[in-house]
Amino acid sequence: MNFNEKSAFMEEQARLDEFNRKLEAGEKIEPKDWMPERFRKQLIRMMSQHAHSEIVGMLPEGNWITRAPSLRRKLILLAKVQDEAGHGLYLYSGTETLGVSREQLIEDLHSGRAKYANIFNYPTLTWADIPIIGWLVDGAAIVNQTMLAKSSYGPYARANLRICKEESFHKKQGYEAVALLANGTPEQKKMVQDAVDRWWWPTLMMFGPHDSNSPNSSELINWKVKTKTNDELRQSFVDRTVEEAHAVGLTIPDPDLKFNEEIGHWDFGPIDFDELYRVVNGDGPCNKERLDARRSAWDNGAWVRDAASEYARKQKLRTIKAS
Amino acid sequence: MTKQEALFTYLLRLADDRLILGHRLSEWCGHGPVLEEDIALANMALDNIGHATSLLTYAAEVEDKGRNEDQLAFFRDVREYTNIKLVELPKGDFGFTIARQFLFSTFAMLHYEALKDCADPQLKGMTAKALKEYRYHHRHSKQWIIRLGDGTKESHERIQKSINDLWMYTNELFFMNEVDEVLISEKIAVNLEKLRSDWQKLVEETLKEATLEIPDYKQYMQQGGRNGIHTEHLGYLLGEMQQLPRMYPEAQW
Ligand SMILES: [Fe+2]
Ligand SMILES: [Fe+2]
Repeated sequence: MNFNEKSAFMEEQARLDEFNRKLEAGEKIEPKDWMPERFRKQLIRMMSQHAHSEIVGMLPEGNWITRAPSLRRKLILLAKVQDEAGHGLYLYSGTETLGVSREQLIEDLHSGRAKYANIFNYPTLTWADIPIIGWLVDGAAIVNQTMLAKSSYGPYARANLRICKEESFHKKQGYEAVALLANGTPEQKKMVQDAVDRWWWPTLMMFGPHDSNSPNSSELINWKVKTKTNDELRQSFVDRTVEEAHAVGLTIPDPDLKFNEEIGHWDFGPIDFDELYRVVNGDGPCNKERLDARRSAWDNGAWVRDAASEYARKQKLRTIKAS
Repeated sequence: MTKQEALFTYLLRLADDRLILGHRLSEWCGHGPVLEEDIALANMALDNIGHATSLLTYAAEVEDKGRNEDQLAFFRDVREYTNIKLVELPKGDFGFTIARQFLFSTFAMLHYEALKDCADPQLKGMTAKALKEYRYHHRHSKQWIIRLGDGTKESHERIQKSINDLWMYTNELFFMNEVDEVLISEKIAVNLEKLRSDWQKLVEETLKEATLEIPDYKQYMQQGGRNGIHTEHLGYLLGEMQQLPRMYPEAQW
């Protein structure tokens, strides 16, 4: 090692020490700070996946806006889906702080390189699916995002903090509408139980594979990007949700569900991870439809984006000429 | 025609325009050209449907026959809907939606400005609140008309075609009959004919800035919406919108 190489190495070591010191002290890593390349890559993967989930998630719910059964429900749903678009926007902006453009991220989604939450590859078949998504899916998202609001990467933590407030509201409104259906006419009761039956297991899969099988988990926990494991998060979701289901007389479709007095948690049956992997890798009921919808929105909007940038270019020229 | 009957119809007209337009805007949710526009279009759908809900609630109160806003929205058929045809046309491409937004919100803004001295306090309050929203809708769509008109060759052609295609539906914005006469004499409504030159001026200024041509005012102009004579598109729209409450009329949601 010559003198230059040696000093570069020491500089690198000093930066890494400073990065580790910050993590250790519970300080946030900010965009201007040095960070290991692997940390940056993993964050881009995780944050963009989160952003894509918000955007793809608009589709299964959005298609019920025109069919909502009352004006009030229509307004609530429209506002909710609009919030999800806002979440997508903060998260894309957050990801851009890591040096990648929104266009690049969107291209990765459209090409299938980037993933989004598995849950949105299932169809919304009846109105009851909408309140059930608010209660279960937003409920699961809150468990995850409450943890991520404490994430070591500053922009990601702040985006999640902001998102969590809205998600709590979505969940509250979802649960309130679920309760109404569960106490409604016989048809409504049947509709809402059927929706629980279809959405329960895919919701549990949202937390990802078991810890023993989760390749990224320990690294993310060491970096304090995450502070809890998949299984811990899933358990806390089950514990709170089972009680909520019982409170409105809904049945969780799991014969193995039983309260474990010893540990004070609900035990639940095995999750079909083959289904999770199959759907994540493209073979789910709505994967093709969701991606096609996103791609065609993007392609059909190309002329609009082109016009906006051409107009901006002309305007700039005109200002230069005028001055 | 009594003042009560006239006011009920007047409120329905305002509400139906906004509910149907809001429905068309809401169809964009998740399908916009950029995320910012998904948010903007959803926002404008919310403004329209929210305002329509208040108008229908008040209309039901004025009618005093035990109906509520949901019954008015979900249990009237095509022939009882009083919106103008402009708002029920399918959403088209982004340019078509923007062109309609521009033509409609420019009118709605002028209309609500004129209602600032409305003698009905409830209507006055509602329209004053919504005026701020229509100013924003106007500004938003105006900026897009200019960008698209003065953007690329393709965008120029597309937005010009949308303006041309929508033009024959614009005369209906100014429709008036006995309902308006009764309410004008009560100082509740305003003479819409008086808004025409301001509307034309605002529309023409923007089209010029966008390097677009102003279509011929003397062409064939559509009418009928206010009397429940609609395009064929409205039946499909209502079929979709009203399906659930009609399937389960006993249910609360
Ligand atoms: Fe969200
Ligand atoms: Fe949400």
